[in-house]
Amino acid sequence: MRELVILSGKGGTGKTTIAASFAHLAERKVMVDADVDAANLELVLSPQVREEREFRGGKLAIIEPALCTAYGRCAEVCRFQAVQEGDDGYLIDPLACEGCAVCYYECPSEAIRLEEPVSGHWFISDTPYGPLVHAQLRPAEENSGKLVTIVKQQARQLALAQGCDLIIVDGPPGIGCPVIATTAGADLALLVTEPTIAGVHDLERALSTIAHFGVPALLCINKYDLNPETSRSIAKDCAARNIPLVGHIPFDVAVTEAMVQGRSVVSYCRGPASQAIERLWRETKRFLDG
Amino acid sequence: MKIAVASGKGGTGKTIVAVSLALSLPQNQVQLLDCDVEVPNAHLFLNPTIQGREEVAILRPSVDESRCDLCGRCAEVCQFNAIAVVGEKVLFFPELCHGCGGCKLACPLQAIEEVPHVIGVVEWGSVGEMAFAHGLLNPGDPMPPPIIRRLKARAQDRKTVILDVSPGTSCPVVESLRGSNYCLLVTEPTPFGLHDLKLAVEVARELKLPMGVVINRADIGDSGVERYCQEEGLPILMRIPFDRRIAEAYSGGTPLVEAFPDYKLRFRGMCREMEKQVER
Repeated sequence: MRELVILSGKGGTGKTTIAASFAHLAERKVMVDADVDAANLELVLSPQVREEREFRGGKLAIIEPALCTAYGRCAEVCRFQAVQEGDDGYLIDPLACEGCAVCYYECPSEAIRLEEPVSGHWFISDTPYGPLVHAQLRPAEENSGKLVTIVKQQARQLALAQGCDLIIVDGPPGIGCPVIATTAGADLALLVTEPTIAGVHDLERALSTIAHFGVPALLCINKYDLNPETSRSIAKDCAARNIPLVGHIPFDVAVTEAMVQGRSVVSYCRGPASQAIERLWRETKRFLDG
Repeated sequence: MKIAVASGKGGTGKTIVAVSLALSLPQNQVQLLDCDVEVPNAHLFLNPTIQGREEVAILRPSVDESRCDLCGRCAEVCQFNAIAVVGEKVLFFPELCHGCGGCKLACPLQAIEEVPHVIGVVEWGSVGEMAFAHGLLNPGDPMPPPIIRRLKARAQDRKTVILDVSPGTSCPVVESLRGSNYCLLVTEPTPFGLHDLKLAVEVARELKLPMGVVINRADIGDSGVERYCQEEGLPILMRIPFDRRIAEAYSGGTPLVEAFPDYKLRFRGMCREMEKQVER
């Protein structure tokens, strides 16, 4: 079984557009949306939820006001600025609490209890393109990396059970904990960049991150014609570092039109972006098979 | 006043808006903090002169094996499964450690010491008279919040502080928004933009922040975002059209208000709108 992850560093470069099209083009695969903060793949793959599960990402400390003696040990030991001094005693800001439980163990009056609230949900859905494993972390929750790990594990089990030999993961932007959880265990990363100063800068940071985990990278340039000169310089740079450049996608209004229709661009029309993504898939597949 | 520029979805134009807003205000009264420490971009448009730099470290445990009797109390209290006793050894999984210090406090034999582990840096300086600071998380390190906290500690409270926030809705976003007075949401009028805008609105509501919306590439896509803002009573403070010239200026690192100086007045007007909302 092979696992392909689609990453970018910078947000909005076209990861989901490409993932949705790959869902249409690839055979015998399980799709995963690992952008659990802001999952968008479900908006273009028409999923029917088959299974829904709660996700509890971590603990939350709660001070029992009746038991609190305002000793202040909790505020002293908390490293996350989550303990606030109230009028009579202390309070925990649930948004700042990381659930480390240090205050719980240290409180001399045993006034703190731990809860494990539901912090999101994950789903296994059927789509016209095969199964999709996706999730929604509740807004303002933490531990997105843990939720990414769960959806990836579920996808692997599903792929084994259904005899699929490929997992395609639409990744989150950035380089932090959910990206690291997405990258861990992947066989190949497809990086999507755009010919902008920010796209190039963030690509560099994404490449360093995946190199840290030893995952080989392919690159594709989206909207390459918005700045052909920068696109050429990205291509040159990649060649010098032996990163295969496997696609150039032109700017095409059909990409937005397809999204508005709730469809992948390759299923929506045969325009320039669709054709470029088809070629991109053929090239990517060569590396997956090779 | 602290204005956080957030979005939910990535690539909607947060940095364009944050940088342009900062450049439109009286320069000696504004500070820009780039809180997207995973992939900071504001410096690419502002070319700040960096005047100072500090490393940000979290404390991680180091076990003195000569003192440890393998009782396993550290593993029991660690909520992140970052430390475990397996056979005759204490194993530590650094990527899971939040640096809370729980294991050290719990160890009955004082066999655990804490050592700093650098996860990134905060850099500060200026762009002309504008104050500037940003943070950089080291690639491979998972946790941005400690860097964001350090960055926010550099906020100059007498100035208008503009925070450029990372996309998403989880810890780095919450950490950036905490303590702000206003949340300016940048979106695009597409189903993806709308879906993620709704999530960002939920985060800002949890933090009880007044909000306003900027619609970027306002003439592409559909009317879903406009309808949603109307239904929710969210003021739309600016619409920036899709214009290939704007995209080209952006791609080369030219701020919107430098390529199109007329926008400065609009950004100043938008700032007054936000101030009024905060006062109410």
